[in-house]
Amino acid sequence: MSKLQNALVGGVRTVLEHIPAAWLPGASPDHLAERRVALGTQQPRIDGPEKVRGMARFAAEVPMDELLHAAFVHSTIARGTIVELDIAAAEAAPGVGLVMTHRNAPKMKVPPSIGLTSMKAAGNHTLPIMQDAEIRWNGQVVAVILAETREQADHAASLVNVLYDAAPSRTRFEEGKANARTPHSIQMDQNRLEKGNATKKLAQAAVSIDATYSTPWESHNPIEPHAATIAWEGEKLIVHDATQMIHGTVGSLAKVFGIKDDDVFVSSPFVGGGFGAKGLWDHQILGAAAAKLTGRPVRIRLSRESMHRLVGGRTQTEQRVALGADADGKLKALLHHGYATKPRHSITDEAFSQTGRSLYACESFDVVQHYVDLDLLANSFMRAPGEAPGTFAIECAMDELAHALNMDPVELRRRNVATCDPVSGAPHSQSDMMAAYDMGAERIGWDRRSPEPRTRSEGEWLIGMGCATGTFPFLRMPGTAARITVDATGHAHVASAAHEMGMGTATVQRQHAADRLGLPLDSVSVTIGDSTLPYGALAGGSSQTASLGAAISAASDKLAEQLLRLAGNDTPLAGLKPGEVEFADGGLRKIDDPSRHETFASILGRASQAEVSVTGESKAPMEMLKFSMHSTSAVFCELRVSEVTGEIRIDRLVGAFDCGRILNAQTATSQFKGGMIMGLGMALTEETLLDERSGRIMSTSLAEYHVPVHLDVPDIDVLWTDIPDPRTPMGARGIGEIGTTGVAAAVANAVFNATGVRVRDLPITLDKLDLG
Amino acid sequence: MPISINGADYPLPDDPRVSLLDLLREREGLTGTKLGCNQGACGACTVLLDGERVLSCLTLAVQAEGREVVTIEGLTGDGEELHPLQQAFIDHDGFQCGYCTPGQICSAIAMAQELRRGDPSHVTADLASGPNGPTREEIRERMSGNLCRCGAHNGIVEAIEVLLAGEAA
Ligand code: FES
Ligand code: FES
Repeated sequence: MSKLQNALVGGVRTVLEHIPAAWLPGASPDHLAERRVALGTQQPRIDGPEKVRGMARFAAEVPMDELLHAAFVHSTIARGTIVELDIAAAEAAPGVGLVMTHRNAPKMKVPPSIGLTSMKAAGNHTLPIMQDAEIRWNGQVVAVILAETREQADHAASLVNVLYDAAPSRTRFEEGKANARTPHSIQMDQNRLEKGNATKKLAQAAVSIDATYSTPWESHNPIEPHAATIAWEGEKLIVHDATQMIHGTVGSLAKVFGIKDDDVFVSSPFVGGGFGAKGLWDHQILGAAAAKLTGRPVRIRLSRESMHRLVGGRTQTEQRVALGADADGKLKALLHHGYATKPRHSITDEAFSQTGRSLYACESFDVVQHYVDLDLLANSFMRAPGEAPGTFAIECAMDELAHALNMDPVELRRRNVATCDPVSGAPHSQSDMMAAYDMGAERIGWDRRSPEPRTRSEGEWLIGMGCATGTFPFLRMPGTAARITVDATGHAHVASAAHEMGMGTATVQRQHAADRLGLPLDSVSVTIGDSTLPYGALAGGSSQTASLGAAISAASDKLAEQLLRLAGNDTPLAGLKPGEVEFADGGLRKIDDPSRHETFASILGRASQAEVSVTGESKAPMEMLKFSMHSTSAVFCELRVSEVTGEIRIDRLVGAFDCGRILNAQTATSQFKGGMIMGLGMALTEETLLDERSGRIMSTSLAEYHVPVHLDVPDIDVLWTDIPDPRTPMGARGIGEIGTTGVAAAVANAVFNATGVRVRDLPITLDKLDLG
Repeated sequence: MPISINGADYPLPDDPRVSLLDLLREREGLTGTKLGCNQGACGACTVLLDGERVLSCLTLAVQAEGREVVTIEGLTGDGEELHPLQQAFIDHDGFQCGYCTPGQICSAIAMAQELRRGDPSHVTADLASGPNGPTREEIRERMSGNLCRCGAHNGIVEAIEVLLAGEAA
């Protein structure tokens, strides 16, 4: 964000301080937070049967006639110019329909950058795409091959010869730190936070710790590779995509190709895992450009290698955390300084420095982060951006402080838990971190933990326990819309361009709509997943459930109005205003007077209407600026470390979450566990290996990038406080990302408890554990 | 000789270099079998070849000549009814996005047979006497070739336990 935006947000916040909460969205608690029928119950996924039969159709599986298959040639240098590009052999290879390079690629604009302020933008970087001979990162696409089969395309790609004039490039993190830049703001906040004199308080503190933590580049690696099946019909562009931002992709592709939004159709009913990766990257744009040149439809399915070269991941960070406390453990000073790689062409902030601002009350703060500008692929958001690396640093530091104080780590959190926003003083919408700690501690049997490191063992195995706080902010995206159509049988159909990547989107919103409209579950259906439907904001920031929930709620208000109008005077509802009725028993009734009720079917029948259809749009998320809205969790881990090899085995993992109301116990459990397992990978195995000499990624397959496998994943316990948030739709906050936060710290803290060795550099691999 | 896929005969591809995965997905439109890496690293493409699990991306279609291939589409036959393991995956939420799921299910069906046969695994304590029953550790070890990035591991293992318990009964 720019200084200007920063000032605007600051201004709005100041104004909101003087505006009563009653005027804002979420002014009165959503009655569905308490009055729940379908919500809160365990419901199987409505798309479950399709998925287990292999019938759910993904982007690379959409049949099309005359399809050509695309393969990419990637640059092998980080910076420089193409001086020779020999494509003759590739063009002559069997089956090849087109070789596209910067020489023949159509003119394309840079896609508009994704951000909170633009609803139809999805660009992840600001570089021109195949418009000139310049190379800007190692792995950039220099040629696109289209052929009748994928094998032919891959083979032809191997025949392209490129000669480069290499220019000096910046690819080393350490060297980049010297020229790091300090942005004015990060996301919606000022970057630099100075409150009290933290340096002085740190020096005066009875007990203090000061340490540096580092986290590596990581890659999302969804099991479904990025893919799109693309066709032009005249000026109309059709993209069957694997995306978590349908309308952002529409708006961006329209800008890139200079066509109208209405002429772009994007469909993405099922996404085979996203985690932040399934946005708009170069492949959809290049695929569409190549399809335009040949006049034939194109399928692009990225190889694992191309995924690593074209789709940015979680960026590398280095964070210093210094904590000072009095002898009772009360925090006096919190310093959080650090670096993250963010090339100038990147859009995404890795806002690790947010974590320390919201969790604990502290007398003074000194927080700032710097960006290291390297000639690398743009970084992007990966599940819990900011908080995933941020909680690793802050929560390891809290554990180190507890150890220095000789205090139980849970007790240290109890003494410092924030009761309002520690920086601004804004009230929490709802927050009960210690309730989560108490539940989690009981479940894992925290009292079994030995406070003294390296005192429990079984044979060659050293045993330890650790805990850490996880956190993620509440987000609700503006503009999300939903259409509700009620037909003459009283069946309600909900439609919105929302996304399903495994979260159970339609399943949960069906529960929501049923309760909202007073209908049984089987009288409600939900359609999501393409751009002809009402606007859906991106599925990111754990915001989709709240965004879509608010839209359905807004649509239901309109529906009540519309139905009252249709009902006319010859009805038990005659004369009632929208504010006087509620949905119940398949119709509307007067609040507090169940006898004045009429069903949808009856209203529509009398009006001789086949259906009534309304579209509602969620209000601007002003509540986010007035209240401090964060979910928290307590993560507990018990593990073994082999004294012989240093191998770490996780025996138990418990996550207790304070995320507002849980809407579907089954899908929520899976979201939490999935997040936690990604946290396990972050803790122990995941690292995108960069050759710092050339800027080339070395670990471009699943054989080299290690995600957790079955044997790495223990039985995980998930608990929740289920306390409603009075400011959010359905009383719920997002749950998609918080699971990943805090896990790496809980593991590192347990490793310390088991071995006495403190590893501050992720992942915690065997070589970093000197058990001496 | 043709290849039998889910009970129907399919001719061998004209090109001997075509993988079984490409034959299924690209040529015959059987897209229930998933491609995750095309390199033998993820297990998404697992199918049954004469009842044994294979990675179809690392299997040439011609290797299946005269043999029986069963894919996820073949588990249910024509009927509406799900295979018990498919139902158990739903009941235990053994998936989120569903992309690794066909591979997990095919893999688990063959794995159950390996356990029945007494094939040892890396975590089997006594190689001679075979696995000590279908413990969670045995299941996890044997399913570790099937990656799931959504993190549905607990549900997958629970679903497989249901299958194994049903077989034992
Ligand atoms: S696609 Fe065959 S193992 Fe990944
Ligand atoms: S369910 Fe998504 S990868 Fe397993």
